[in-house]
Amino acid sequence: MRQVLSKGSVNPVTQHNTQHNTQQAQRKAAMAVLAHAEAGEIAARLRDLALDVALPPHQDLRAPENGLVMLRGRAGGDGAPFNLGEATVSRAAVRLASGEVGFGYTLGRDGEKARLIALCDALVQSRDFGGAVERDVIAPLREQLMVRRKQAAAETAATKVDFYTMVRGEG
Amino acid sequence: MTTIAELPPGFADKVLSAQSTFRSVMDAMARPGSVQRIVPGAGTPDRMMRGTAAIALTLFDHDTPLWLDARMAESSDVLKWLKFHTGAPVVQDTSIASFALISDGALLPALDRFALGTSEYPDRSTTVILQVERLDAGRSFELRGPGIDGAARLQASIRPFDLFERLAFNEPLFPRGIDVVLVADDAVVAIPRTARIVSKGS
Repeated sequence: MRQVLSKGSVNPVTQHNTQHNTQQAQRKAAMAVLAHAEAGEIAARLRDLALDVALPPHQDLRAPENGLVMLRGRAGGDGAPFNLGEATVSRAAVRLASGEVGFGYTLGRDGEKARLIALCDALVQSRDFGGAVERDVIAPLREQLMVRRKQAAAETAATKVDFYTMVRGEG
Repeated sequence: MTTIAELPPGFADKVLSAQSTFRSVMDAMARPGSVQRIVPGAGTPDRMMRGTAAIALTLFDHDTPLWLDARMAESSDVLKWLKFHTGAPVVQDTSIASFALISDGALLPALDRFALGTSEYPDRSTTVILQVERLDAGRSFELRGPGIDGAARLQASIRPFDLFERLAFNEPLFPRGIDVVLVADDAVVAIPRTARIVSKGS
């Protein structure tokens, strides 16, 4: 059973792990938004951000490259796994001068987008820029993504056909 | 311990750098004994020369098992850099390695321990990449064989001193045998299995 720690004696290992997990969750959430955003939008938001705060110098640890990943599916959603086919992905890794390394993976052949995602990922981890990037880049993009999704859902919902059986008899 | 944050970067321009490095190594192989230059475009981990790093990024991938000499294998810098940028698996068994990286000639194992290829597939042999001190001065060697018009002269200071005598073991094996690439900073000389070498003293 997990030990309950009394107040005031926070286990430093646990604390470190919690911080680590929070950051991982944050990066995951950011990646989910960035992967669906357009490269131009990310670039424009980063440019606007750079006007307010000077972005730290950074270099490409891994220049953008294209490759394939095997997509796997499951028959009926829970059946035996099978190889559905390959999809093109681009990836990149960027390192900030302060040492944070960001990774970017995205579907398609847009290497520049992968690089921008990697840069955002690195900035999210940075103590000095994490907040600003979350506020000025990721939050607005998330909002856009939500609006687009809602719109698509609404458009789909408008074409929904309800089949029902009229009660026969009874007059 | 090295973290990814401290890794030297790979090629800044992957396609062009890899193409130009490939061209240099190919020319070196085609003209045994000639000194070719590699335009360095990548970061280099500790214990690795610029030329070696460029060759590694160009030729190694997850399909090329790699053997490292003890000096390289003990450096986590080198291991992590190779893993991150090339994905090549590092193996302990010399006889299944596609490439062997030797940072110090004194650590070169007996050459017949490397893969020699088979008569059907002589290309399945180990290519030994050996870092040497100099390829522009030192003892004089004369090379003969395919790709050489008459005889080529090579001046090099290399370790082990008897490398070329040892390489004579390629002769009776043909078409099997191992190829050697000598690297000194950004200079490359290839000694394919067909080259015959005579030492001319200094």
